Amino acid sequence: MLDTLMLSRMQFAANISFHILFPTITIALCWFVFFFKLRFDQTDNPVWMRAYRFWVKVLALTFAIGVVSGITMSFQFGTNWPGFMETVGNVAGPLLGYEVLTAFFLEATFLGIMLFGMHRVPSKVHTFSALMVAVGTTLSAFWILALNSWMQTPSGYTMIDGVVHVVSWWDVIFNPSFPYRLAHMLVASGLTAAFFVAGISAYRILKGDTKKAPRLALKAGLVIAAILAPTQALLGDFHGLNTLQHQPQKVAAMEAVWHTEKSAPLLLFAIPDEENKTNHFEIGIPGLASLILTHDIDGEIKGLTEFGDNHPPVKPVFYGFRIMVGMGMLMWCVAWFGCYQVRGQREASPFALKLISWMTFSGWVATLAGWYVTETGRQPWLVTDVLLTADAVTSTPASHVGLSLAMYLIVYAFLLWAYIHTLRLMARKSVTVEEFETQSPTGDSTLSPTTISGNSRPVNQGANL
Amino acid sequence: MNDAHWLPIIFVGLTGLAVVVYAILDGYDLGVGILLPMDSPAEPHRDTMIASIGPFWDANETWLVLAIGLILIAFPAAHSVILTNLYLPVAVMLIGLIMRGVAFDFRAKAAIDHKLAWDRCFKFGSLLTTFSQGYMLGMYVMGFQTHWMSQLFAILSAFGVTAAYSYIGGAWLIMKTEGALQEKAVRWTRNSGRATFAGVIAVSVVNPLVNPGVFNRWFDFPLVMFVLLIPALCFFAFIFNDILLARLPKAKDRHCWLPFVMVIGIFVLCFSALAFSFFPDIVPGQMTIWEAASAPKSLMFILWGAIVVIPVILMYTALSYKIFHGKATELHYH
Ligand code: HDD
Ligand code: HEM
Ligand code: HEM
Repeated sequence: MLDTLMLSRMQFAANISFHILFPTITIALCWFVFFFKLRFDQTDNPVWMRAYRFWVKVLALTFAIGVVSGITMSFQFGTNWPGFMETVGNVAGPLLGYEVLTAFFLEATFLGIMLFGMHRVPSKVHTFSALMVAVGTTLSAFWILALNSWMQTPSGYTMIDGVVHVVSWWDVIFNPSFPYRLAHMLVASGLTAAFFVAGISAYRILKGDTKKAPRLALKAGLVIAAILAPTQALLGDFHGLNTLQHQPQKVAAMEAVWHTEKSAPLLLFAIPDEENKTNHFEIGIPGLASLILTHDIDGEIKGLTEFGDNHPPVKPVFYGFRIMVGMGMLMWCVAWFGCYQVRGQREASPFALKLISWMTFSGWVATLAGWYVTETGRQPWLVTDVLLTADAVTSTPASHVGLSLAMYLIVYAFLLWAYIHTLRLMARKSVTVEEFETQSPTGDSTLSPTTISGNSRPVNQGANL
Repeated sequence: MNDAHWLPIIFVGLTGLAVVVYAILDGYDLGVGILLPMDSPAEPHRDTMIASIGPFWDANETWLVLAIGLILIAFPAAHSVILTNLYLPVAVMLIGLIMRGVAFDFRAKAAIDHKLAWDRCFKFGSLLTTFSQGYMLGMYVMGFQTHWMSQLFAILSAFGVTAAYSYIGGAWLIMKTEGALQEKAVRWTRNSGRATFAGVIAVSVVNPLVNPGVFNRWFDFPLVMFVLLIPALCFFAFIFNDILLARLPKAKDRHCWLPFVMVIGIFVLCFSALAFSFFPDIVPGQMTIWEAASAPKSLMFILWGAIVVIPVILMYTALSYKIFHGKATELHYH
């Protein structure tokens, strides 16, 4: 039955899943764009300015969707999860408050200067604005992940009359899983943006773009991905160790271990069976799960049966984890292969370009899968050992929640389509023109061959830039 | 007096401040959205109008996030009551905000062939937002009663708020534009100013009639002499602005900024009147700020942060307005 609880969960999942797609790109893309602008300031090489001008447009679009879907998020707590604020408001409120005060105003204001102020402020101030936007998005990730990690592994609080009161803010913010989650998420963002940049650049080259800027961006994306992919696997491993310590039931669900066992195999594939508490069609590597998780081939992993009913649904956690790790491995291979292809001044083969452009949104898949593992793995708790999800839900009639959910889903489906469609159009246009104008004072659609960039310095307009 | 007494007062003040600043700042950019002329020869005008709010709209909306965040931080119990009661209008407002936020950026992007459609989306989203905000204000003032009287009042308030946003949007355009568009803006501002005036009068008459508490508060001698200053000032501001608008634009663009300042004054006055009607209730007739407040320790933690950070925010906001000072026609994207 679709009751208010189920609908609210679906709505929250839909909203946060839609929202996270855009922050994941913007957090790191801001740093890319800042880097391009900085290189232009240092070298005066107009190719960097070209790269900047293309990617800042993509950033603006992505940012806008991130902002408006984020505003929806901040209303969700009150509309659908009143019990959440009433129980843990003393923790959640200030953390969200600091996010608004230190991050949102910073990024929003300097984004305005960055996008519209190019000709109005000195180049240094403009570059500084780009830096502030990047700092703002990263700070925003810091605060929201502090809150999310606290929900996973709460610390630094006491309960008085059923309400959480803070004992130590330091322990609340730097709760046990926070450093791991922050690092893993920031690198996830870096990987996502790296493949996004590389993928769209590869698409441009495939469509016949002969200019230098997309090649530069392709290489930048691939090199960064090649460094971050193994880093992410390592961080993920540490993250898993930390989770085993604090949320053993989540790890048991990730690995579909039903009964406590020593020398547990790493399952490559299986179909978990919740009713009979066993797996079908197991394919595994003996002892490897124990080795990875306890760093001992005979290490013991607690089984789900030890937790009674107090464990998350197994299937989504199990499959989600495999999708994320599988994607991570694939990204690692493609990044290294791509780097090998473009070594020196070489041109990537059409096959490699196609492969890379197919991977444009691979970060989205891995990130969403990762979040589903983390959040579903916390169930039935909303805040581990403090608040059950079912106790936090609103008393609003199910019909209202159903209606709002339907509205959101329609809008999101449309926006996702429009976003990808527009990215493709922008990539295609940039193939034939050096820089396209986005706003036309005259009103007719414009593909002006070029505009003078940045500082009123004349720019070399060789065809090969 | 202890922390548990004065901290909620400080926070209700901060929340009020955030709400007024939001109404003024996002007010003018929502207003510009409402006023967008949709006929095709007006496209250059649309470009200029939207350019005039380009660098600001994102930061303006952040004040909404701050306001809702402050209620959530300081008065979690009220936050839940308000938002669960306003469930559907909030959802409608959010859809409106999403539509206009993305339309703003999509219209400027490569899909130039769909520009008109995105402009419609922008206008429609703005209207959706202002109507739902006005409706919510009405319901809030009525203490979330659902009988037809309060519904009617909420609908009246929806029109009033929409008119008020167009008023401030128009005044913004007078300041930021020139030529034919500025002349149009003067006309729009004058009309929406009159509509706002009617709305404010209607709301001020109905509110004390249906809320006995409000009536007693306003017409309680000797305070009455003092507090009636607010409506009196408000009245003169409307009249003065109307006369001024009839003479605009003046030579050398003198006084083009004055209507905007006057409208800000009107907004602040109306808001103080509302606040005066209900303080110290955070949910009218149901809950006071002390009943709804969170733990003093959490409030202290965020207060220190606010004291340090808010001046910095105001500084860089001022910087941004200084950078984009002047007529919007010269603004270029990216
Ligand atoms: C790891 C990163 C991350 C995560 C997990 C979230 N967000 Fe987010 N959010 C951002 C990273 C971010 C950002 C990078 O700062 C955004 C995205 C694009 C942007 O403009 O800012 C943003 C925008 C954004 C905004 C608009 C800010 C503005 O007006 O400028 C709000 C209100 C929220 N978010 C609220 C939330 C809430 C309530 C979340 C969780 C339930 C949440 N976000 C998850
Ligand atoms: C601080 C912020 C967060 C809060 C308060 C929060 C709270 C919640 C709540 C109330 C639910 C619904 C309960 C349920 O579905 O079982 C949920 C589920 C979910 N959340 Fe979070 N969450 C937060 C952050 C995030 C973030 C940052 C993401 C990342 C994208 C995320 C992803 C999800 C997903 C995918 C679900 C659906 C899981 C499921 O339905 O089982 N959450 N979370
Ligand atoms: C390659 C090996 C990887 C390993 C071993 C790994 C490990 C993990 C683990 C154990 C968790 C759950 C932690 C918890 O909930 O307590 C997690 C979550 C997550 N993973 Fe991965 N991961 C890997 C790759 C990736 C990649 C490639 C991405 C995205 C590009 C990614 C994005 C995420 C995200 C967004 C979360 C949720 C947030 C968090 O809990 O940090 N992961 N990962």
